[in-house]
Amino acid sequence: MKNIILLFIFSFTLATILPAQIEKGDVLIKNGTVITITDGVKENSDVLIRDGIIRRIGKNISVEGIHTIDATGQFVMPGIIDAHSHIGIDVVNEGTDPNTSDVFVGDAINPFAISIYRALAGGVTASHAMHGSANAVGGQCETIKHRFGSIDPEDMKMAGAPRTIKFALGENPMRVHGEGRRIVPRTRMGVEQIFREGFAKAQDYMAEWDRYNTDPDGAKEPPKFDMKMETMADILRGEIIIHCHSYRADEILMLLDVLEDYGVSKICFQHVNEGFKVAPELAAFGASASVFADWWAYKFEVYYSTAYNAAILTRNNVVTSINSDSGELIRHLYHEAAKTQRYGDLSDNEALRLITLNPAIQLGIDDRVGSLEIGKDGDIAIFSKHPLSIYAVPQVTIVDGVVRFDINGDTEDMRMDVDPEAKISTFVDHSYSEEDRCMQGLFEFFIDRK
Amino acid sequence: MTKKLSIYIFLFLVYSSHGQQIAKSTYETVLLKNATVHTITNGTMNATDVLIRDGMIADIGSNLTSPAGAKIVDCTDHHIYPGFIDGGTTLALSEVGSVSLTNDYNEIGDLIPHMDALTAVNPNAVAIPVTRVNGVTSVIVHPMGGLFPGTASLIDLTGYTPNQMDAGFRAVVMNFPASGKRGRWDRRSEEDIKKEQEKATKKIDKIWEELTLYHKIDSASTGQSKSSMKYQPEMDALLPVVRGKIPLMINVNKDKDIESALAWIEKKGIKAILCGVSEGYKVADKIAKAGIPVVTGPVLSTPGREEDKYDIAYRNAGIMAQAGVKVALRTNDSENVRNLPFNAGFAATYGMGIEEALKSITINPAEIFGVADKYGSIEKGKVANLFVATGDPFEMKTNITHLFIKGWTIPIESRHTLLYNEFLNRSPGLND
Repeated sequence: MKNIILLFIFSFTLATILPAQIEKGDVLIKNGTVITITDGVKENSDVLIRDGIIRRIGKNISVEGIHTIDATGQFVMPGIIDAHSHIGIDVVNEGTDPNTSDVFVGDAINPFAISIYRALAGGVTASHAMHGSANAVGGQCETIKHRFGSIDPEDMKMAGAPRTIKFALGENPMRVHGEGRRIVPRTRMGVEQIFREGFAKAQDYMAEWDRYNTDPDGAKEPPKFDMKMETMADILRGEIIIHCHSYRADEILMLLDVLEDYGVSKICFQHVNEGFKVAPELAAFGASASVFADWWAYKFEVYYSTAYNAAILTRNNVVTSINSDSGELIRHLYHEAAKTQRYGDLSDNEALRLITLNPAIQLGIDDRVGSLEIGKDGDIAIFSKHPLSIYAVPQVTIVDGVVRFDINGDTEDMRMDVDPEAKISTFVDHSYSEEDRCMQGLFEFFIDRK
Repeated sequence: MTKKLSIYIFLFLVYSSHGQQIAKSTYETVLLKNATVHTITNGTMNATDVLIRDGMIADIGSNLTSPAGAKIVDCTDHHIYPGFIDGGTTLALSEVGSVSLTNDYNEIGDLIPHMDALTAVNPNAVAIPVTRVNGVTSVIVHPMGGLFPGTASLIDLTGYTPNQMDAGFRAVVMNFPASGKRGRWDRRSEEDIKKEQEKATKKIDKIWEELTLYHKIDSASTGQSKSSMKYQPEMDALLPVVRGKIPLMINVNKDKDIESALAWIEKKGIKAILCGVSEGYKVADKIAKAGIPVVTGPVLSTPGREEDKYDIAYRNAGIMAQAGVKVALRTNDSENVRNLPFNAGFAATYGMGIEEALKSITINPAEIFGVADKYGSIEKGKVANLFVATGDPFEMKTNITHLFIKGWTIPIESRHTLLYNEFLNRSPGLND
């Protein structure tokens, strides 16, 4: 522990002197079963990472003086990606307006969160730190890499990842605003109008600025800058991917109609428990789906669910991922993905795509992560057995060529922000079911209104 | 004619695709042929037959002769396991989590052991078929809430009335005064938590004093009219506990609280089961020495403390078992009790081993709940709660092909499978 504190002080000193620089590493993984996702499974093969990038995949690669991991008998796969999570952030909901497109989750990153380390210990190298679902139009989200050990929040951000924003349909925005604050939306009719109003006003806003920019002299003064309108305009321009919390088939179709009316095409539906009912419509639109493996019945809008959702969506050609939305589930997404083999007979590669390449596509980062290919980031998870087996244990997790989790280097206490004078016991009893409920259906709602 | 035909086809489609009711169970004599039988109590038997008759396991052996009229199921390359038992759930006590009027596990009051979970079991809960098709055939349904929130029951996951589902075990639930936070949203100070804990402890002492007196008066007046006794349902519900006829299921998690609970149990001289026990690994030897059985879980949960090792919740059950504690598992879930075998699988992977993990959801809970003469293993004369699987039931790839509860042949169907069948290739599709 002492070492960690020293390391902390050392890196803090460094960080204050030097400009932030993402740590990138060199590593050679030898003799594993390499699951590439895009190019089959390669037995007894090696993966070479230099300067954080995968340089070679093949047999008998040897490099002098490089950190080498013997993966004999083990399984090497791309780092797992979670397209829906709230780990590593201090706040989740700005639940004060049905449209809060002007706020950024990226402003609330907490690099010390132990949940990041626990996710790494489950082979997860990147996650989508999302705004909550209190508002129809929530805040902008942040795609983070799990560089646990860095202390600068900026280091967690995956630079260059496309912008994303949270939308939300159904019960949550209806409860927070309609029931809680007596303002629209109290119904799914109202939810639709929040989007239409946002997009229509953004169109006016864009037109105003266009007029001003083409003829600055014709106007007395420039139009008033409006952060919300800027964001909505960027969605209309196709610069932001929408990730929409949704459950029921009707509301999913509603949003597809709205987006079609405004010419918006980049959309990933989140949770989307009734996605299976409108899978053909989702596929035709080109919308993707990020689902739970088996969560259901925690609220009424997920009562008519099926654990076969991911399989039905996959068979209907919808790009589908399995997400966690939970600091617990994120630790075993490989197990969550495997459930699609019991519920829908997906093949090994189809199941693993749900937690690698497909979430990468949904976040717009599939050119850099999500599969083991030369030129992609050196983000890797190594398992003791096939990752879809219940008996698999994550061994080593690598981000940008840097080992961030090693089962052999895992010490009793991995916290980086220990308060030496803290007296209050940190024990939290997770068996209280009320907590489970918050974690599930009302997780975001409760954070907002506790 | 064509019009008429298309109407028929339409009607057929409507009825076939929207009938969201699972098929009825059947009650017949079934001979399961040539399976690998995982008896739990008597090792694994290859190429073995199991005969199910009159709700019981009537025979086990190689090349059993089929009784007349028996249905024969070829189980070559398949595996038979006893039905799994979950040691703590709110299954069938809650239909939709966030809709409070569908939640029947949390009555108002601190001292309400007479609130009977079995009363509120909904035999038609949609989650029941969803649960049992993963091999879970019996569960404890438990009330939650205050110090003594009610009485738990063991139920089988088939039947049209709560009484038909009753598997013959009851226990009063107790939440032992806790010195830890009740969740992430618990903002009480250390001092406040301690005060509340002391208050709760005092309250329990007072209840027990009163109960001891009630017990003495009741014993003295046995056979006489009870009209002289005031109506005290909570005392009546606790009488069998103080008399050692049924156990207390004591929810307790933090290391120090577990030790306090063990001391309290010894002092009161009652039968008890420790439940939850998330920090049992820290005091495993003490629990083993006290000889108190444990129902722990969920295994799939985050560690209780920030500084804990990331996998301690996975390891907890195994560490206790290793120390000699009799361990059963629970999901503490409602709609996803179906994940019990996967909780056991994680425990198996993280130190418990497959054999012990299987016991922790079969014979161990049966023994802890005093029903091992009927449940928990594949043995002649036991209740026919068992399933046939294509392989290891902890593995997600494995499918369960046949399921029997109390000898009933249960369809491998649930809302989840019905929706799958209806929507995999939706008709009408996009352009029909």
